[in-house]
Formats: sequence, C-alpha cells, structure tokens
Amino acid sequence: MDFEVIIGLEVHAELSTNTKIYCGCTTEFGGEQNTHCCPVCLGLPGSLPVLNKKVVDYAIKAGLALNCDINRLTHMARKNYFYPDTPKNYQITQDETPLCRDGYIEIETEGGLKKIGIQRIHIEEDAGKNVHMEDSSYVDYNRAGVPLIEIVSKPDMRSPKEARMYLEKLKAILQYTGVSDVKMEEGSLRCDANISIRPEGSNEFGTKVEVKNMNSFRAVERALEYEAKRQMEAYERGEKIIQETRRWDEGRGETVTMRSKEEAHDYRYFPEPDMIYLSVDDEWIESIRKSLPELPDARRRRYINEFGLPEYDSEILTSSKKLADFFEECVNEGGRPKEISNWIMGEILRTLKDRSMEIEDIKFAPGHLVKLVSLVDKGTISGTIAKKVFKDMFETGEDPEKIVKEKGLVQVSDEGAIRELINKVLDENPQSVADFKAGKTKAMGFIVGQVMKASKGKANPQIVNKILTEELNKR
Amino acid sequence: MSVSIKDVEYVAKLARLEFSEKEKVKFTEELNSILKYVEKLSEVDTSGVEPAIGAYPMYNALREDEISPSLDREEILKNAPDKQDGYFKVPKVID
Amino acid sequence: MHKKTVHEIRDLLRRKEISSVELTKIALERINSIDDRLGAFISVYGEQALEAAKDVDRKIASGEELPDLAGIPTALKDNMNMKGTKTTCASRMLENFVSPYDAGVTERLKENGAVIIGKTNMDEFAMGSSNETSYFKKVRNPYDLERVPGGSSGGSAAAVASGEVYYSLGSDTGGSIRQPAAMCGVVGLKPTYGRVSRYGLVAFASSLDQIGPFTKDVEDCAIVLNAISGKDERDSTSADVKVEDFTKYLNRDIRGMRIGMPVEFFGEGISEDVRKIIIDAVEVFKSQGAEVKEISLPMSRYALEVYYILASSEASSNLARFDGIRYGYRAESYSDAVDIYTKSRSQGFGDEVKRRIMLGTYALSAGYYDAYYKKALQIRTLIINEFKEAYKNVDIILSPTSPTTAFKLGEKINDPLSMYLSDIYTVPVNIAGIPAISIPAGLSNGLPVGLQLMGNYFEEGTLLKAAHAFERATEHHRIRPSI
Repeated sequence: MDFEVIIGLEVHAELSTNTKIYCGCTTEFGGEQNTHCCPVCLGLPGSLPVLNKKVVDYAIKAGLALNCDINRLTHMARKNYFYPDTPKNYQITQDETPLCRDGYIEIETEGGLKKIGIQRIHIEEDAGKNVHMEDSSYVDYNRAGVPLIEIVSKPDMRSPKEARMYLEKLKAILQYTGVSDVKMEEGSLRCDANISIRPEGSNEFGTKVEVKNMNSFRAVERALEYEAKRQMEAYERGEKIIQETRRWDEGRGETVTMRSKEEAHDYRYFPEPDMIYLSVDDEWIESIRKSLPELPDARRRRYINEFGLPEYDSEILTSSKKLADFFEECVNEGGRPKEISNWIMGEILRTLKDRSMEIEDIKFAPGHLVKLVSLVDKGTISGTIAKKVFKDMFETGEDPEKIVKEKGLVQVSDEGAIRELINKVLDENPQSVADFKAGKTKAMGFIVGQVMKASKGKANPQIVNKILTEELNKR
Repeated sequence: MSVSIKDVEYVAKLARLEFSEKEKVKFTEELNSILKYVEKLSEVDTSGVEPAIGAYPMYNALREDEISPSLDREEILKNAPDKQDGYFKVPKVID
Repeated sequence: MHKKTVHEIRDLLRRKEISSVELTKIALERINSIDDRLGAFISVYGEQALEAAKDVDRKIASGEELPDLAGIPTALKDNMNMKGTKTTCASRMLENFVSPYDAGVTERLKENGAVIIGKTNMDEFAMGSSNETSYFKKVRNPYDLERVPGGSSGGSAAAVASGEVYYSLGSDTGGSIRQPAAMCGVVGLKPTYGRVSRYGLVAFASSLDQIGPFTKDVEDCAIVLNAISGKDERDSTSADVKVEDFTKYLNRDIRGMRIGMPVEFFGEGISEDVRKIIIDAVEVFKSQGAEVKEISLPMSRYALEVYYILASSEASSNLARFDGIRYGYRAESYSDAVDIYTKSRSQGFGDEVKRRIMLGTYALSAGYYDAYYKKALQIRTLIINEFKEAYKNVDIILSPTSPTTAFKLGEKINDPLSMYLSDIYTVPVNIAGIPAISIPAGLSNGLPVGLQLMGNYFEEGTLLKAAHAFERATEHHRIRPSI
C-alpha cells in the first residue's frame, strides 16, 4: 500500500535580546547557575511581569519575514502546569491571540516551489533547566524567562526531507533577520514534530504522534523517517496507532514512547491578569518592515539575475546570511562571482566542514580571497599552488601575496628555464618518450607530472604544455 | 452542574492537593453548594458581550531591553528548602 | 497619644513637641501591652523601627523639611514585601519566607520617612472576611474581643482602631480593606484599580487586588493616599494617571453633589440597625446640600458570584508557585517531586485557601472555562457598563459597607457561603475597578457601622470631598474603642 506522510513542526527559537522577556536579567548563555535571576524570573511572591519591547519587535520582524499577518491587539495568557523548572508553575505565553499568524515559507522540492503554511507565531518565556544526577535533580533558573518565539507550521509537509528543507529555510530566514542565533547545539533553536500517515488518496488525517528530542536537522529527518516507517508497518499489521509523545533516541536510531504524564494535559489557559493588552499599530509594523534585510529567497534570485550564478550555487551561498555576506564582500572587492563561488563552495566549505567551523570563524578577509584568485589570473601562481596558499591563509589569516613571496611560490614562466627542465625530464624518461611516439597519448600526462614535480609545482602549466609539445616533436 | 468525588479527585490532582476520604466528601459538598450558588449567572444573557479582561482596558506596558542587576545567588537560595552547589535541589525528576 | 491622628502627630513632630523615637516607643509599648489580646501583629521590628525613627529625628533636628508621614509609626499587612523581613501571608506555607526585595508601597513609605513597625495579621493569603483563617492566630475586634475585626485586612484595621499604629496599609480584593474598616470603626479606602502599585503585594486575584490605607479620619486618608499613589514601571497594571494632592479635596462644599442610593444595596440581608444608621447618614448629606436619589444597579446582584469565580480562578494560578521547591514550606517526607508539591501544598495551605484553589481550578478546567470563567468576565463587562452609566447621573454612590456589624468569632467560619455574603456590598466595586471608601457612621449596640461611598474611576478626590464633609458634620470618627 502507498502512504502519504503528513508532518507539522513546532519550532522554538530563542530571541537574541539583551534581557529576559519579563524582567531585566541578562539572557547571556553559560553563566554560573542561578546568577541571572531576580524576583520576577524566580516567581517570588509579589513579583510582576513587564513585557520587553524588543521581544515584540523581534517577533513582529520574524512574522513579517515569514509572510505572516500581525495581530493588532493581543493579550498574554497563562498556561498552568507544575514542573520544577517552571518557577511560577505557569508559563506566560499567548493562547487565543498570537502576535503573528497565517504565514508561509517556500521550499524548493523536486516538484517545484512549494509553500509550507505557518499557522501562528507567539511569544513566551523559556523554562529553567533541570540537571539530573544519580538520585536528585538540580534546578538552575538562569534560562527561566529567556524570550522565545514558537513557530507552528501547518501540517503541510509530505516527507521527512521536506521537513528538513523547511527547517533549513526557517533557520536561514531567522538568521537573516537577526532575531535569533538559531544554534541547535546551544538550544537556541528547538524542534518538535507531529507526524501521521494515511493511505494515498485518503482525505482524512491519521492519528498524529508527537516526536521530541531531536537535536539536529539530520536528527529530525532521521526520526521522521523512522517514525513514518514505524507507523506504516503498524498500519499494515492492522494495529491502531496511538496518539502519544515519542522521544527520538539518537544512539539507537529509533523513537520510543515517553513515560506518559501522570494526567491528561489540562493547561487551564486564561488571560494573564498581571498584564494588559498589547496594541500594535501600522506605524510600528511599518517601521519594522523597513528594517527587514534582504531575505534568502530574494537574495537567491538576485544572485541568479545579477551575478549569473547557477541556481545551485545561489541556493547554497544564500542558505546562511554570513556566507552570502562573505561572498558579496568578495564580489565588491572585485572578485568574479562564479570564480568566488567556486572557491567558497569548494575549498572554503570543505575546510570549514572538516574542522567543524562556521564561516564567521574564518581568519582571513574577503579581500584576501580575491587577491588569491587574481594571483592565479595574473599567472603569478598556479592553481595547484593557490590551494597550498589557501591552506596557509586559512590557518594564519595572512595576505596571500605575502605568503607567496615569503615561501618563494612565484610561478616560473621563463621559457628557457622550463625548456631546460623539460629536456632533463625527457632525458631521464626515454621509455615515456617512446610510448608517446608510439601513439600512447597518456604518456604526455605522466611527463607533465614529472616536469611539475621537478619544478616543485611552480612551473607555469600552459608554458610547460607548449614547450613540451615542441620538444617532443623535435625528438 | 454538580461535582462528584471523582471530579474533586481530578481537580485536586490538577491543583497538586490531596485530601482524606472525609475531606473529599466535605469538599465535594462545599464545592457543590458554591457551584449551585454561582449557577445564578446562567440567568444572564451574555450573547455578544465582550469579556472584560481587567477592570478597564489598558494598553502597552513595555520596558526597554536594558539589563538591570540580578539578585545575589546567596539571596536567591536563602529561602530554598534544599540546595546544593548553587542549585535548588529536588528529588529526581523524570522528563 | 495613641488616640491621635496622623495630621495631629505630624504637627506635633514639626513643632518638636515630640520626637519620632518617642512616638515609636509609645507604639511599641502599646503593642506590647494590648496585642496579646488583640492579635493584630504577626511580626514587630522594634529595633529597625527605632533606627528609622532616629534617622527622622536627626533630619528634623537639622531643620530639614520632611514629608507628612515622616517619623510616624505605621504597619503593613503581611502580604506586602519588605526587604529582609518575613512576608508570611498568615500562612504556614510562608511562615519562614524572608523577602529579598521591597514592594512598591514599601519603597514609597520609606521614601516618605515612614517608621514601619511591623507586619499585620490577616486571613490566610487574604482569603476570608473575618480574619479567622490566619494560620497563626485570630485578630479580635477592639470594640469587643469576642467578635471578629472583619477581614481580610483585620490586623491592619484593628491596629489603627486600637492606636497601635497611626495608620496602616491593607489590600482589598473583594472588600478586604473596607469591610474590616467598617467593623473596626476606622476609615478605609480602596483606590481605583491601578492607582497604587501592586509590585511586591503577594497576589490573591491580580485583576481585583488593590492596596489602600486605614486611617482614623478622612484627612489622614488623603495624606497616606498622596504618598502611595502613582505609576510604577514594575507593575504593568499600574495606571499612568497624574497624581493630585488629595488634601485639596478636604474642607470643600458638597452643595449640589449628586448621590445615588442603589436599591439593590438596601434589600434582603441588611440588618435593621445598619440600615437605620445609613439612613441617618443620608440625612447628613442632604443637610449639607447634596441631592440624594434612588438608583438601580441590577447587575450588581451577580457581583458576588462573578467575584468568587474570578478571584478563585486567578488565585488557583497565582498560588501555584507555592510548591516547596524555591521557598516556603516543604513537607518533611515525600517520595518524589510530584509528592513534594502535593504534600507541601496540602500541609502548607489552610482549608479556605484550598477551597478557593479547588473552585478556581475547576472553573478553569477543560470544558468549564466558557461556562464559568468566560461567563464571569462577560458579566463583569455588564457590571462595569452599569456603573459607568450610573455615573452619568450621580457623582457618588452610597451604601452600607457591610450588611451587619462585627459578628462573633466562630459564628460563620463553618459556613463559607454566609461568610461570603458579608462582602456583598463591597465586591461590586472590585469587579468594576472603581474607588470606594468606608467611613465610620456611628455605633449600633456599641459596634461600629461603616458607610461606603463609591466613586467613578480615578475620582478618589470626589470621595474624599464627600467623606470629609460628612466627618465635619458628625463626631463618629472621634469614637475610639476602650481597649
């Protein structure tokens, strides 16, 4: 039987404000436990919340970037549940009136451009952190009250791959707007999924299962693949799929039932009586709209139109704002777009990946890459040497011209010197010369290699080719 | 509407309270008499009436994103029934 | 000395006829000699108070001009935080909770040079109308020690009536300032919602709670209101309304003032002696040239029901934070984290608190929200609209504060509904968020009767003007209990 997979994602992104959502404590990551707390974020008796304006600005910014309508009149709500990391035993969030709703993200699928709907974005506070030890749990409230936006998609994704693409695009957009660090490793981006299956052609939704504890985009895709398969097999065996929450076990590569909570969720939402209406007027929204940077989709289209880059290059370069910024700086310094793109997509991304680094960790300036490329263009160094110089430049951040000069890597284009070198190589390899004469063109490649080796890679390949042909013909 | 002992048990669990059997009976009776009393509200036609969140509508109490000092950890933990190494301590919690 | 008012004491201090330290010692001695019978205080901070008094005396000696309240002993209801001291809310739950911060009103009083002598007894978490739900001890009525002082701010009312302090602060969610003020024969004001900061007041029902003063007369009330009013950036619900000098409403003519008497506030349940005294009071207003007319506020008949749903629902959530993890009572034995919550809360809260948490949790739970909470919010709209409509035709609305005088200890404690009914005239004011004052209107069988005046939003001035006119024409505010 063929099945259709239906996926919706709930993404929590920490906003990069200086202070918490309802108090002036710092949001700085990694402070000593329980040092970033005050009466408000500890929920001490008598304390009251006051909304951080920046949180509203950022949430609206994210909403506009994600094509949402902004709710002009909203009110915060309390979500009641007892948990040790929740200081008031309720979370101040939004219920009936989320700040943003009805948006979408476009992803590039095999079937073309696809819109994934966004149902709502609301603002809320993060909880503290429970550290579990042998027999006790330890609670740190530094994170309690850090502002979050929760972005709830519509159940519009039809494969784990689409889910991953949605997340990548969402991450890129949030990063472009600057409202969040979007670092899954530091927990500033978190994702839960709802997944169900139904037989192809059916219009009814199947029973949905919530999947939690996925710590990377790769994990999301794998967990959903596993879960879709599990549900299909269960369906085919005639088993009923239970509505439940399952946890992704990265090590075992499977989803497992979470210990069911002691009672059904009954969050008793009601309007937060310690807070008042939030009214957002057109002027406010427009001022934020004006501050929006160019977003990934627009930038991608511009790279295709303005720089003539292929779709593939444009997609990769714009997937991260910092990568795209780096690329454009290179172009602004005079680099040729396609050449720069080749370098970024080749050497740079490969090296970054090998060392688990990010583009912002790069030591050299964009201008250095442009210089490196022009050294090749001018024939000062060969492409092979350029890769060596790049490695040096990546390590030290030094000017490529300086590296070339100091290490004596300048390309040799002196025809006399090259001719001498070639004749020496030809004399040492009579068999290869004979093979070439016998029509084995492959031998030519071997000889070139020997010449380059003898020149320590510094001989100008074009000139080597030209003179080698001449000298072989003489023999 | 009237509540049963079972309802009282459910609500008590939500509120993290526990009662003896005798208390459950007492609370069920008391809740029922209060609920019977407030039932009078159903007389009032409220169709189309906006709920009043607060005594009168107020808008936009917002603070700037400026850091203010946090409490000293000593102050924070002073009232804690159990603590260790700068943390609040509780029996092991299962997520 | 302890029978004097704030304005009299202020004048004595300014004329250097007495020092703040002397006053503080008198207050401490008074508490020492009567409070074991009265039960008004949960904690007394003698040394701290004397330090504050010395500071004021130094300033007086140096010729500094000081605010009205400087050097005068006062007390806070024990649900308001004062840094470094306990805030118990008269509950076992917070028996040992020491606040690391000052409430907004505490800061204001300190800025005004007040000598805060201690924290007063109350119904547990301000839930009650008789002060009998305090975990520590009952407060008794200074006019009759066998009777209740009213509640929930019974300690603050009794402390002022008996002259332990010259004024005090209480909080009013459904009548918790006005009803005990009436029963103890003092002036009690619940300001407009948002007039006074709630920052640092332990919340009972956030959308109804408001802090206000207990004083011996109306002039004192205006003086204290001046000190505590105004916007506090830390309380989103505090109103950004310009604060006037309320004393300018004293000694004013009330000729032509329109006073409404709602028929619903004089119906079933009102005791005959209370009715008679209030009718006499109406005559006083008429003789001052006010126009008194009968009005009708039919929606107010639903106010008590609306109140119990809203207040209990908000309370069920506000009190969730008391769980034995970060502060407060933790049960001695427990099996796991959930058990800490359940046992600590079950042992730490008294019956009335549990009753309201249960009612509120039920009213908010799945399937009942629309029938109870939302319905109550809608009727709240109707009650608000009805008051707004009424104030188009009248300047103030007059009623008894409570249907009866102080009842006997134990008389109603086992009958929650009949206890709730003693707030029937005060609750509509909190639902609407308008200001109201209770002033002494005379004694009936030796027990004080309170007169309630209700004003339009932020019209505390009009209330003070009418109340002061009444005071000038009568002697009721000069009566003191013989304790």
